[in-house]
Amino acid sequence: MSRLRPLVVAMGLLALWQLLCWTSGVPPFLLPDPLRVARTLWARLDLVAGHALTTALEILLGLAIGTALGAGSALLLAASRRAREWVLPVLVVSQVLPVFALAPLLVLWLGYGLPSKVAMAVLVIYFPVTAAFHDGLRRTPEGWLDLARVMDARPAAILWRVRVPAALPAFASGLRVAAAVAPIGAVVGEWVGSSSGLGYLMLHANARMQTDLLFASLFVLCLMALLLWYGVDRLLRRLVAWPSEPLHPA
Amino acid sequence: MPPAEPAPGVSLLVERFAFAGRTLFEGLRLELPAAKTTCLLGPSGVGKSTLLRLVAGLLPGAVRTASDGRPLERRIAWMAQSDLLLPWLTVEENLLVGFRLRGAGRAELAAARERARALLARVGLAERAAARPHELSGGMRQRAALARTLVEDRPIVLMDEPFSALDAITRHRLQDLAAELLRGRTVLLVTHSPLEALRLGHEVRVLEGLPARPGPPLRPLGTPPRAAEPALLALEARLLDALAGGAERPLEAAA
Repeated sequence: MSRLRPLVVAMGLLALWQLLCWTSGVPPFLLPDPLRVARTLWARLDLVAGHALTTALEILLGLAIGTALGAGSALLLAASRRAREWVLPVLVVSQVLPVFALAPLLVLWLGYGLPSKVAMAVLVIYFPVTAAFHDGLRRTPEGWLDLARVMDARPAAILWRVRVPAALPAFASGLRVAAAVAPIGAVVGEWVGSSSGLGYLMLHANARMQTDLLFASLFVLCLMALLLWYGVDRLLRRLVAWPSEPLHPA
Repeated sequence: MPPAEPAPGVSLLVERFAFAGRTLFEGLRLELPAAKTTCLLGPSGVGKSTLLRLVAGLLPGAVRTASDGRPLERRIAWMAQSDLLLPWLTVEENLLVGFRLRGAGRAELAAARERARALLARVGLAERAAARPHELSGGMRQRAALARTLVEDRPIVLMDEPFSALDAITRHRLQDLAAELLRGRTVLLVTHSPLEALRLGHEVRVLEGLPARPGPPLRPLGTPPRAAEPALLALEARLLDALAGGAERPLEAAA
């Protein structure tokens, strides 16, 4: 039953929406009813699916590249004091900058195609991943480090065998945030300038008062974002299945 | 399980050690007799753990020498109050973590694995070798930590209140097991329990004052692990009194 609860809530909300449209007589170009959206989605599935594929590719590429860059940066910051001193301030300043304001520039530099959208997704993912992982790497419980030192561990081994695994729960939190914001990055990139993708389709439909198509695209986008977050969360739960702190003696 | 090499005595000399503006130690000298267990007692905050960390080389500021004249590097093992098992490794892999951290070769690792399995059997965890730490009880985890300390097979073992977080029965059993398995090694055990010190120590020292110094060694009769007999319990009562500041130099009288 608890697994069905979100479905029941969603169905209830859709029913309410349908009822509202029927009773209020609001014109469909302002607010199409769910049944109409479903019919449109079904009728134009080819079109929507094609654009969804573009967006999905942007999101996944952005997530992969952003995660790799973020993880690499966090490791560099953890391993080298000099890197910390020089790069950390730059990193913080870069995050104060509204990343979305860079979208037009990215389109200018990287063109209308895939690269500018992937770059946008990478930009929004990079910081949460770097910050979370670096934070985890800094907070290795002292006891583990003491133990490693008494064991005459090599510094590189302390990083790879103690600090990195100890930081994985924090890294996983960063990845969950990244999975949630990656679709935003990709769609914002598409809004600024593109010729395909769900963001493009939504703008296109909006301009032509095809509000039902806009809603259909939005629905598919939400579904993709949900699936992505859920998939990432499930994967991380399986891979990082331990408490983040040392166990306290019972 | 005797150590691979004979355990040397250790002497520690701290000229001056300050922490947070307080001089914790000044002109402190501590001798750990070879192949014997020295228990260090003292009120909270007197610097017992700090002293242990100085012996371990985790803090700078002490001159450490071994009685055989060889350096102390790679001859010390450490056991803390919390088990410090790495939660992402199995119990067996946790026992081998020192070898992994030192980048041990295949042959050395295989030998260590043999040893780890024997020790797991010895502490009653043979069946749980593939378990993760969070699947074990607190007592089992501390037994695994004891086994990990012994897999390292180092002649000097430093223990920082290793049993203090356990329930009384588990603690009692683990004290006996540790005393047996640590025989032949030079052990420094920091504890806040006078009874534990009296049961396990060949020598018991009380760290007192600011700057702190260890009092004269107290040597209870018999070999550890001693049973908690009336004579030992009477000594415990006097030690507790002394630690609480209630008696005038009762330790020399007791010794």
